Amino acid sequence: MLAGAMSSRADIRIEPDTPENLEATTEEELLPLYKTMLSIRRLEEASAKAYSVGKIGGFLHLAIGQEAVCTGAVAALRPEDYITSTYREHGHIYARGVSARAILAEMWGKKTGVVKGLGGSMHMFSKEHNFLGGHGIVGGHVPIAVGAAFKAKYHGEKRVSAVFFGDGSATIGGFAEGLALAALWKLPVVFICENNQYSMGTPLYRTTAAPDITQRALAHDMDRDRFDGDDVIKVKRRIALAVERARETNRPTLIEVRTYRFRGHSMSDPGLYRTREEVAEWKKGDPLVRAKRRLIEELGVDEEKIKAIAAEVKDEIADAVRFADTSPASDSYLPYVIKE
Amino acid sequence: MPTMNIIQAVNNALRIQMAAEPKSIILGEDVGKFGGVFRATSGLYDEFGEERVIDTPLAEAGIIGAAIGMAVYGMRPIPEIQFSDFIFPAFDQIVNELAKFRYRSGGQYPCPVVIRTPVGGGIRGGHYHSQSPEALFIHTPGLKVVIPSNPYDAKGMLLASLRQDDPVLFMEPKKIYRASRGEVPEEDYTVELGKAKVVREGNQVTLIAYGAMVSVIEEAAAKAAEIGISCEVIDLRTLMPFDIETITESVSKNGRAVMVHEAPQTCGFGAEVCTSLYERCMAHLEAPIQRVCGFDTPFPYSLEHEYLPNADRVLGAIRKTLEW
Ligand SMILES: Cc1ncc(C[n+]2csc(CCOP(=O)(O)OP(=O)(O)O)c2C)c(N)n1
Ligand SMILES: [Mg+2]
Repeated sequence: MLAGAMSSRADIRIEPDTPENLEATTEEELLPLYKTMLSIRRLEEASAKAYSVGKIGGFLHLAIGQEAVCTGAVAALRPEDYITSTYREHGHIYARGVSARAILAEMWGKKTGVVKGLGGSMHMFSKEHNFLGGHGIVGGHVPIAVGAAFKAKYHGEKRVSAVFFGDGSATIGGFAEGLALAALWKLPVVFICENNQYSMGTPLYRTTAAPDITQRALAHDMDRDRFDGDDVIKVKRRIALAVERARETNRPTLIEVRTYRFRGHSMSDPGLYRTREEVAEWKKGDPLVRAKRRLIEELGVDEEKIKAIAAEVKDEIADAVRFADTSPASDSYLPYVIKE
Repeated sequence: MPTMNIIQAVNNALRIQMAAEPKSIILGEDVGKFGGVFRATSGLYDEFGEERVIDTPLAEAGIIGAAIGMAVYGMRPIPEIQFSDFIFPAFDQIVNELAKFRYRSGGQYPCPVVIRTPVGGGIRGGHYHSQSPEALFIHTPGLKVVIPSNPYDAKGMLLASLRQDDPVLFMEPKKIYRASRGEVPEEDYTVELGKAKVVREGNQVTLIAYGAMVSVIEEAAAKAAEIGISCEVIDLRTLMPFDIETITESVSKNGRAVMVHEAPQTCGFGAEVCTSLYERCMAHLEAPIQRVCGFDTPFPYSLEHEYLPNADRVLGAIRKTLEW
């Protein structure tokens, strides 16, 4: 189990009961997930570099350290399922299949970006990928994901709507109202709280009297689950349980995945509110390191194969950076306000 | 006299208020230990303690609602909304509760809450770290709305806001938080609310702005002077109640005016200023009043330099009033 500023127990329980052996995996399953996580990490490292030389403006929120959550969760969903996320969404949209090129070009404010350079890092959408944002207002997106689930149920589509949010978001009205509606209307929503222990500079125990976020589900007689997010396979399996329950029975679930961001809240945050030791402790649970170790030690994957993947990822991101660098700047913000 | 930027001036005013008035508390997201995302409350947590400088959960409606409850029984809460883009979860509390509390209670419950919030663009923050929603609040009877343009006014008007009995939305132009520097007395002083300031005198065209746009119209006035056009520059400072006398006098004298703000033009505060001027100075006007504003679009990420009014756009408007 991971230690941290707030190490209350994770993995405490799942309702309904958790089956055994959820973490067993194969090379065929884990290797691509490892590659996705590595791409996300490299993509975010490239964006940090670009930010430091002014190619990206404003605010840049990295999820380095949290890659297993978005990667595992998206793997548990089908392409037709809806995904709604926060401003810390690079990993979610990448895992969903949007290219590193389109993502970086967006951050660079280029015409070739996934929303034509109009939004930047925090505000990405891709209708083609059923990716419903990239949301900058904390909590505001939660009822929107609930509405998307309503539509899916209304049309009998057997689609699930997954919504990601942070631990800090658990105290805002949009979240509380979205949760209440999904439970009341029995909608196929999976609420995924990425508990990275901090809301900006404030640790979870200072923002809520009930740091087990999933307790909010009890008020609505909703299923819930809570676990550590360092193992991508575990994340995938546990979230899959909720996804299939939603798909088959329209029961929503509130899930809290405990994780940690290795860097500051955004690029401008030096992270002085936490100790080096704390960060070092959590880094021991680096999801990339863990996945790699499992591949090599447990599944006997050849290290050369992993090196080859790393080389591919390096090329992919270098190509995306070149693409973003050489793409034309976004040249108009006037269209798209209303239908012309 | 020490030199301060706007953040330091705000910080200094807050420190004076907290020391002088035990009934004042500060509350908001990351205002305590962290010192605020712009460092405006830096050091106050250590000086006044966690009981008085309170890190709240992410809950804007809760922050403002709780501040109202404190204020109606005599406290002087100073909530911070981290960016004015995040004020909307609290919009109901501000518009329906805070602004109308005195009125609804037949005068029994004045509600002296001073909400501080950074406003405006200029930091490439995109859709949700750049907006200028002041007109929505000016449109809400019962609120005062203040946007200073320099450190001296920021300190003096913040202290003035804290020493009167009605709710104030105190909006701090984040673009010039650090860029605007000037001499600020250490001691306690106030700058009267509701008074505009003539920053530069001139006898051909009156330029009116507030907040970060004041330096833009000053720059435009300087450029205009180089080509022989004399502009008067007025900083409105308080938007509600606004100083109609000062601008009426100036526009009546010059017969030409340009109104500048970065919020979208349609139904922006400029619309009210212009109409008020037409009502009072129609006979003196030589040309229609020009507006140079943000465009009627969401705030753009990559093209903010085009969106925000600049000196050249203002100069174009100045010419237009002269060539009419
Ligand atoms: C309504 C609203 N209030 C405040 C903010 C500013 N803000 C952005 S992120 C954040 C902290 C969110 O923490 P959490 O939900 O834990 O997500 P994390 O950033 O850790 O992923 C705050 C206060 C905002 N974006 N929206
Ligand atoms: Mg968090």
